[in-house]
Amino acid sequence: MVAWRSAALAAVLAGGLIAPANAGTLRWAPQRDIVSMDPYSFGDTFTLSVLNHVYEGLVRYDDKLQIEPALAESWEVVNPTTWRFHLRKGVKYHDGADFTADDVLASLKRVSDPTSPLRGNVPSYVSSKKVDDYTVDIVVTENYPLLLNDLTNIHIFDQGWLVANKAEAPTDVAKGVEGYATSHANGTGPFKFISRKPDAETVFEVNPNWWDKRKHNVDRIVMTPITSAATRVAALISGEIDFTNQAPLQDIPRLEASSDLKVLSNSELRTIFFVMNQTPKAFESDVTDKNPLQDIKVRQALYHAIDADAIQKVVMAGLSRTTGSLVSPAIPGYVPELDKRLSYDPELAKKLLAEAGYPNGFSFSFLCRNTEFVNEEQICQAVSAMWARVGLRPNLNIGPTTIQDAKFDAGQFDVGTLGWANEPMIDSYSILVQVVHSKTGNAGVFNWGGWKDAEIDALIDKAGATVDRDERLAMQAKALLRANELSMFIPVHQQPMAWATGANIESVLQLSDNKPRHWLTRMAE
Amino acid sequence: MLLLIIKRMANAIFVILAVSLLAFTIFKFLGDPVQLMLNPQATQQERDQLTERLGLNDPVPVQFAKFVFNAARGEFGMSYRNQMPVMEVIAERFPATFELVLVSSILALLIGLPLGVFAAIRGGTVMARVFHLISMIGVSVPAFVIGILLILVFSIELKWLPAFGRGKVVDLGFWTTGFLTPSGRAALVMPSISLALFQISFIMRLVTAEMLEVLRTDFIRFAKARGLKARAIYFRHGLRNCMMPVVTMTGMLIGDLIAFTLVTEIVFQWPGMGFLFVQSVQYVDIPVMAAYLMIVCCIFITINLIVDLIYVVVDPRVDQLVRGGGNGH
Repeated sequence: MVAWRSAALAAVLAGGLIAPANAGTLRWAPQRDIVSMDPYSFGDTFTLSVLNHVYEGLVRYDDKLQIEPALAESWEVVNPTTWRFHLRKGVKYHDGADFTADDVLASLKRVSDPTSPLRGNVPSYVSSKKVDDYTVDIVVTENYPLLLNDLTNIHIFDQGWLVANKAEAPTDVAKGVEGYATSHANGTGPFKFISRKPDAETVFEVNPNWWDKRKHNVDRIVMTPITSAATRVAALISGEIDFTNQAPLQDIPRLEASSDLKVLSNSELRTIFFVMNQTPKAFESDVTDKNPLQDIKVRQALYHAIDADAIQKVVMAGLSRTTGSLVSPAIPGYVPELDKRLSYDPELAKKLLAEAGYPNGFSFSFLCRNTEFVNEEQICQAVSAMWARVGLRPNLNIGPTTIQDAKFDAGQFDVGTLGWANEPMIDSYSILVQVVHSKTGNAGVFNWGGWKDAEIDALIDKAGATVDRDERLAMQAKALLRANELSMFIPVHQQPMAWATGANIESVLQLSDNKPRHWLTRMAE
Repeated sequence: MLLLIIKRMANAIFVILAVSLLAFTIFKFLGDPVQLMLNPQATQQERDQLTERLGLNDPVPVQFAKFVFNAARGEFGMSYRNQMPVMEVIAERFPATFELVLVSSILALLIGLPLGVFAAIRGGTVMARVFHLISMIGVSVPAFVIGILLILVFSIELKWLPAFGRGKVVDLGFWTTGFLTPSGRAALVMPSISLALFQISFIMRLVTAEMLEVLRTDFIRFAKARGLKARAIYFRHGLRNCMMPVVTMTGMLIGDLIAFTLVTEIVFQWPGMGFLFVQSVQYVDIPVMAAYLMIVCCIFITINLIVDLIYVVVDPRVDQLVRGGGNGH
């Protein structure tokens, strides 16, 4: 057997069929490809995280998810609407151009353009002005506290390059405006963009002139998306790839059993929770004259009926973090009091239902996806069974995200799942203004079921105009606690994430935002 | 011959229109592209603007008319996901699928035909039974299972062949080919085998059945009596007389291959059209899905046309039949 194996190995080396790893080449297989090389073309977290190897923002998150200087060295708030940024000197783009204030102005103009798909990522932006070559003033709406958070994801282009390639305007899918930036890139980041074949291969090479101290020893990144989980795992085991940021949960024991491979798993920022339609009439129920879910006792009954520990153990293979909070502990605005769950108590749930006038339960539609969150379909099936045990009759409706989200958006559901990671802001203001706030103006875009509370709305509005961080976070925590008191939502867990590395990788940094940062990756020498 | 082609073309146009209507209606009810294209932070106003720009507010018949008019000019709009003209995206993927289907079809014919003939004339032997058994597996085990098994053996255990991708490809400007590099050829092995296995088995069983039928006929017996060589009997007289159904089925099978590549391309991360289609479904990239369906429909129609023409070559009576308006008997 040994002789046979070594003969096989010799055959491989002679034939060179499976390419041997080059020194310093990181072969990375994500589960899907990035959308575009233009960071302003699509608000997709994974795409932005990959492009972050090429492009940088004025500020960035450090290895503890705290904001630190990047292309800006320092900043100050000049008045309630003006922030002044002092730019780093001596930074060069990959094509050799110098980084100056003009680049920041051109980038902010491009990202805030009315046709820019990423405009929502800088909601408070009004205008910007050059003070001198290395100082920029950014004007925002009054007392906006989260500008730095927003700027972490605004990658800075080179003005000269944009002009030379007629790419000053953002690419626009809908108008059929295909841009030079869609397939070319010129940033200041730790890696240079070399080539790209969509869905097949994207190559980056180290930028030797990077302004920051090089902590990594990666010379080249070859990114080849592999959609099929089984094939991705096979490629990792056979040594064809070195790293995946999506190790399938069901294969983790197998990967861990292999001596060359390492699995890094943790719970991520994303919290999974149930939302309940609270409009005056139920969508699809045998209670036709009103909506039982408007009654807090009913919502509490649904909550008490869920055995979260069983979900954690059985459905999530022990890898999720059971929670009572809508935001994970890493998100500013989290306080430990939030994490208290209502107890698992089916008897109490039955009693509450009886008190609310539904001793025999009622039927309702339960809307879930099967392509969005980790094991979402299984979670919904398990919870359906738990609700049935206390006499409720959920009609489980499962489908792909693309179909289900349209139903959510139209309010065609009674109970459903939602997950929120608070990215790119990494602040609980994100979920509060987008999900918890009532649907008014730009707020409550994801308020799918008409839930609202005047006290919570007031707290969120006030927090959104408070520059003092501690004061603001205290208000946000209060709003979240109030939502818990009202059992507005039913939190389940922070979902797990798992990465896997092969023998070539010494260390990678995994943070709870689930973004690979290969400028901090060490490969085996 | 000409009449036949004209008749077929008229049919084809009708079929294409029917398929485009079907494709269009299905996609009309398939999720909301606006929601997928905008990021979560977008405002209602931005949503409305995008809906307007995509023409989603137009009445449905107007949308369909626009769709057909543009499709006729090879204009399928922009891919929502790749931000490139759809035809460019598809043209980029087409060589990968074509090479895979080509190799699989050649494998299917080169292996399936001789095995079929062999099984027919040596029906009772152990070898023939073994082939029969293997063909049973070939028709009953799905392609993705075979793909995974191949990966398990040849990638994980033996480390001989790559588990995914197309290897290094040579760009000829209008075509990217994997035939010219060792890694490109290595990458073709497992996907084309897992794709061809069903077709090999199918052709083999079909040829065997047809051959047995033909071999029982009188003229083979006469041929034997005339003392013709076995080779001439089996291949010139026997095989040729059972080619009609085989040609039909092979045409259909090539169509099937294009359809089956969906699964194989996913398993092997093969950057072809089938893979593109599945990705497009996930992202509700309607322009790509529509274009793909239309193109596959055109390919099927072309294959059918070619099959009809081969009929005429193999059996000239078919042409007579068409010319005589069906009164040829």
